[in-house]
Amino acid sequence: MPATPLIAYANVGKTFDGGRVVAVDDVSLEVAEGEFLAIVGGSGSGKTTLLRLANRLIEADTGSITVEGEDVRNVDPILLRRRIGYVFQSGGLFPHLSVAGNIGITPKLTGTPPAEISARVDELLDLVRLDRAQYRDRLPHELSGGQRQRVGVARALAARPRIVLMDEPFGALDPLTRDALGDDFRELHRTLGLTTVMITHDMTEAILLADRIAVMGGGRLLAQGTPSELSESGDAYVGELLRTPRRQAERLGALLPRESAA
Amino acid sequence: MSIFTDPRWGEALGHLPDYLGNHVRVSVTALALGLLVSLPLAIAVRNRRVARGALLGLASIVQTVPGLALLALFYPLLLALAALSLSWFGLGFSAFGFLPAVLALALYSMLPVLRNTITGLQGVDAAILEAAQGVGMTARQSLFTVELPLALPVMMAGIRTAAVWVIGTATLSTPIGQTSLGNYIFAGLQTQNWVFVLFGCVAAAVLALAVDQLLALIENGLRNRSRLRTALGGVGVAALVAATLVPNMMRAQTNYVLGAKTFTEQYVLSALMTQRLKAASLPATTREGLGSNVIFGALAANDIDVYVDYSGTLWANQFQRTDVRPREVLLAELKTMLAKQNITLLGELGFENAYALVMPRKRAEQLGIRTIADLASRAATMSIAGDYEFFSRPEWTALRKAYGLSFRGQRQMQPDFMYAAVASGEVDVIAGYTSDGLIAKYDLVTLGDPRRAIPPYDAMLLLAPKRANDEALRKALAPLLGKIDIATMREANLRAAGNDAASSPDVVAQWLWEKVGKK
Repeated sequence: MPATPLIAYANVGKTFDGGRVVAVDDVSLEVAEGEFLAIVGGSGSGKTTLLRLANRLIEADTGSITVEGEDVRNVDPILLRRRIGYVFQSGGLFPHLSVAGNIGITPKLTGTPPAEISARVDELLDLVRLDRAQYRDRLPHELSGGQRQRVGVARALAARPRIVLMDEPFGALDPLTRDALGDDFRELHRTLGLTTVMITHDMTEAILLADRIAVMGGGRLLAQGTPSELSESGDAYVGELLRTPRRQAERLGALLPRESAA
Repeated sequence: MSIFTDPRWGEALGHLPDYLGNHVRVSVTALALGLLVSLPLAIAVRNRRVARGALLGLASIVQTVPGLALLALFYPLLLALAALSLSWFGLGFSAFGFLPAVLALALYSMLPVLRNTITGLQGVDAAILEAAQGVGMTARQSLFTVELPLALPVMMAGIRTAAVWVIGTATLSTPIGQTSLGNYIFAGLQTQNWVFVLFGCVAAAVLALAVDQLLALIENGLRNRSRLRTALGGVGVAALVAATLVPNMMRAQTNYVLGAKTFTEQYVLSALMTQRLKAASLPATTREGLGSNVIFGALAANDIDVYVDYSGTLWANQFQRTDVRPREVLLAELKTMLAKQNITLLGELGFENAYALVMPRKRAEQLGIRTIADLASRAATMSIAGDYEFFSRPEWTALRKAYGLSFRGQRQMQPDFMYAAVASGEVDVIAGYTSDGLIAKYDLVTLGDPRRAIPPYDAMLLLAPKRANDEALRKALAPLLGKIDIATMREANLRAAGNDAASSPDVVAQWLWEKVGKK
């Protein structure tokens, strides 16, 4: 694993409602270049807040966050967001813009010439395995959930970011679509040399996709590491989280004959 | 004669280019101004709770003011502003007609636009706003590329509501001097010309529907991203505006403008004067249906050139006098007061249109009532009706004081209905007008006023300051002075009150000229 962290949280804290709700409590976490990190936690664990602190959708109260070696407080938030890809829960596509309009939005904001944007859109549609001719001019409501999320991923990659942040990107999809999309993204992550931080409440998904996993609970970072490192954690909640995929794997192994698994 | 062959349809159609053109111009300008103010305001306050509440509250209050009152309020306001601007910057402007109408209507259009714009913007899904931020939009980019396009259908619905309201309410701008489709309605109501009333209502409704549908086309085009539909709608609105501008360009600018208030006698007299001016080869147009307190200011400001007012009205309303003076003294004083404003009192027409207590002739004879003094002892068992302003006028106070009058009850009525009400015995006495033709029609009698509680109401011709030395105008109007007696005017008014083609002010004015011109 490379040594330079591309994203680094140092003793970061964030409260809402004038201090009544503690969302993130003294978290320190580093994400290395090229790494795929999954943040796992229940609702209200602070995982979404932690993600949004990185591109300043939310501002930290205490501690510091550096992205590509720069303290984010010293970077214009608009420019910061344009160079970090962000995939929203269930897509977050603009309903009045076509697929091409959605994918090309960030380059358009930065004043990229239309012809260049158009070429980039086609390239990205190929990348996320959507047929150019068929999907280019469709509106988001004409797409399936999986297709919408593919467009969401293409949009996040449009400005060639080094970092992609994903907020439960596959949560609302059916298992088959989810699996296919996960694999496809993992492949993109590898070939494009991305650094990815993905939020999920599903430990199985995290284990299957991520290099490392950070577990959040009550605003605190409970544990972090590879799946095998996590299984050695003494934290009861982490143990609980790992028990489910294990039990599922055992039951599936027992129930499904090997030959038909293909 | 069938309703379709009535020649008044043709007459109404003849006015259409002028009335419709003015109506569209004032509506479109008001709507454009309203949008220009409302849209940025709505965007500015959408995320500020207190400012938003205050603005919507204010707009709602404006909406509760009746349209007619709102329009009427802008006239004196602008008149004061114009005077101020003239004395400070030497720059005057006309507070008459177009400007007050546009301002009042623009204000009137604000509520639906504000409310729908704010609602539309607030209705944009928070997740979409987050996404806009997330892809790196500035607040401005988010507003223009995401929020406004998504709020557009709701905003357009508001704009359409505003357009329909403005077009409807613009019919009420007639009394403050803005020609509109309301001219048909006001003139028709006063002269019982139901053809005009119907024509005005239908024309306004058709215009409102047409504009609403054009805006719907634009909305539909924007929503479905159909350039064709958007363009068609836009072209339609532009064509409408262009078409109404053409007749205005062709209109002569040197016209004499004759004013008329909102009752039958005034329509007849302005028609009579128009005919006299045209006979003298002077170009003339009329501005009819002007409010009683608007018309004097319009004359003083040279917005109209000539009109007929009544000595008692000027005395009590324009000069706020409550004392009662003998006729000659009052006329002399009026002349000096008018001269101070450079207004010329050209002369009296020969009749009075005063308030008078009126009752059925037979009943008066039975009871032996000839004067108000005779009435006083029986008043306690009687009821009286008057028009909407009579009971708050100084004449009523003066009458009660002079004769110790105290009636069993009093009612306010539309003037046209008063006479029928007293004739049928529904009320015992009415405060009528001495020149009203219905007095003869219903065989009513006006009661004498021996204590002279009611000031004289001589009909008199007034000239605007800029026409003070206009010999051609004076010469054209001179044959009318002192020629119209009360009986003639009553008959003219009665003729004009009919509901057929022979009762149009033009026809009655011709009849009137035949009677008085030969004298």
